[in-house]
Amino acid sequence: MNILNILEEIEKVDGEIYERLNPRRKAMQDFYNIGKKISLAALPLAMGSLFQKAYGQTPTSTVTDVLNFALGLEYLEWNFYNHALVATPSLVPDTNGAKTAITLIRDHERAHVNLLKSVLNITTPTDPASDGTKYADYQFEAVLADVFTNYQSFLKVGVALEDTGVRAYKGQAGILSQGGDLSKNAVLKTALQIHAVEARHAAHLRAMAAASLGVNLKPWIAYAANGNDTGIGLVDGNYAGEQNTTQAGVDITSLFTAANGSPVLTGAAAQTAAAECFDEALDGVSVKKLANAFIKSSSGKQFT
Amino acid sequence: MKNNELETKNELQEKSLFDKTVGRRSFLQYAGAGAAGIALVAAGCKKDRGYENPVMNGGVTLDFKDDFGVLNYAYALEQLEAAFYIKVASAPASDFTPVQKSYFTDVQFHEIAHREFFKKALSTAAIPSLEVDFSSIDFTKAASVLAAAKTFEDLGVAAYNGAGRLLVSGDFLLIAGKIVSVEARHASWVRDQITPGSFSDLASLSAFGADSTNALDGALTPDKVLPLAKPFIKTAISVINLKTQN
Repeated sequence: MNILNILEEIEKVDGEIYERLNPRRKAMQDFYNIGKKISLAALPLAMGSLFQKAYGQTPTSTVTDVLNFALGLEYLEWNFYNHALVATPSLVPDTNGAKTAITLIRDHERAHVNLLKSVLNITTPTDPASDGTKYADYQFEAVLADVFTNYQSFLKVGVALEDTGVRAYKGQAGILSQGGDLSKNAVLKTALQIHAVEARHAAHLRAMAAASLGVNLKPWIAYAANGNDTGIGLVDGNYAGEQNTTQAGVDITSLFTAANGSPVLTGAAAQTAAAECFDEALDGVSVKKLANAFIKSSSGKQFT
Repeated sequence: MKNNELETKNELQEKSLFDKTVGRRSFLQYAGAGAAGIALVAAGCKKDRGYENPVMNGGVTLDFKDDFGVLNYAYALEQLEAAFYIKVASAPASDFTPVQKSYFTDVQFHEIAHREFFKKALSTAAIPSLEVDFSSIDFTKAASVLAAAKTFEDLGVAAYNGAGRLLVSGDFLLIAGKIVSVEARHASWVRDQITPGSFSDLASLSAFGADSTNALDGALTPDKVLPLAKPFIKTAISVINLKTQN
């Protein structure tokens, strides 16, 4: 099967096929890049989806909205870590792997930015310092004044950013799933892969914060009455709902019984295990409101 | 005989559910009501699911023709993880640090909760208990336990990431999403116990479908995951009706 032959055949009856495809050329590239190799068996399916995009038969604006939302969050995260490393190089200590870890996390956020830009067909500018956003658009100090002068404050904000990022992706997954339609939902896999990387970051940052602050902060989010197990009152909103212990109507605290042939857990211990073992999603409106606190309203870059 | 009675009952339930007096909207509300809804729908589908005698020839079949196949797949993997951590926590390696001992107990309860959640949600559609094989793991040595835990967690993350697209129901996808990030937290912590700073070493996860250039975690389809889990599971697991992903 030769895709060029097919396009030529279409050109005979539709002279504008290339023009139709061109503004969405990225839609084509996505099939080659994101999904990596498309097996021959799956090719007809993928091509069907490609032409749907070219002819605009399938409204994909909601998926595009989600990707733009994700890009905005990744820009926010990247700017946070990048500013700390570049503008305040003595903030993150070069001991116990701290600087290496923050650098790795920063680079992952950059890779997510680049990937999402590619999916969204944002090709210019390519300079990381001015590619659609700039540090001047952000106001991390407005949330926590000493965030870039006090390492512990920096870690506190980092923990909240990562835990919230995990919640944000989870909250958007349903839109990307397209009802399980494999011809349309390749991007869901990519989003889930980013989601898990953010969770790895969150767990590591929580360990860094626990060590630096001398507090008992687990890699997973433990039970707290208001959902916020970090002890940082400033970020209560970021954790609202994490105290949930009921999933799809099942009371998770009731599952740790001898009848299940497993160790028994009751009371407060069952409650915290039940809250820890499921992370909670956060809806887009709530995430945007929380994220906007870090973005200057004058920048025009706040989420709407 | 009893089976026939049950199926007649199921057909009646199914009939009343889809009766025109029950609109689509209220059906969705009913189905979304939680485990009871899942169980009821599962019961309605039982006749053609083939789970009545799933261990007849000593094996289990995961039928991916609908979401129940995906949920049973998750249930199978959670059974494996729970069995592993119960063993780890019941007789901790002598060279565990106090924190490792405590956190492995936490992880044990997380995996028990995941296993029991799927069992309850799937109800009569659930596959039976799997027989595990941990003979390759030395539970008395922290290094051996950590190495196995790393494999289980990284593979679990890749499994959920690779199966998410198969789920038709947004409710089930959300549940899977709530679980997979906890598995990723486990993976992150376990990796740091082995090599500090390796929490998100994606280059080392390329065999699980990770992409370090784009900072993407692992993602594998069930047909790729099960052979990797096979050394730890005695029960034969076969897969049918798995759709090809691009």
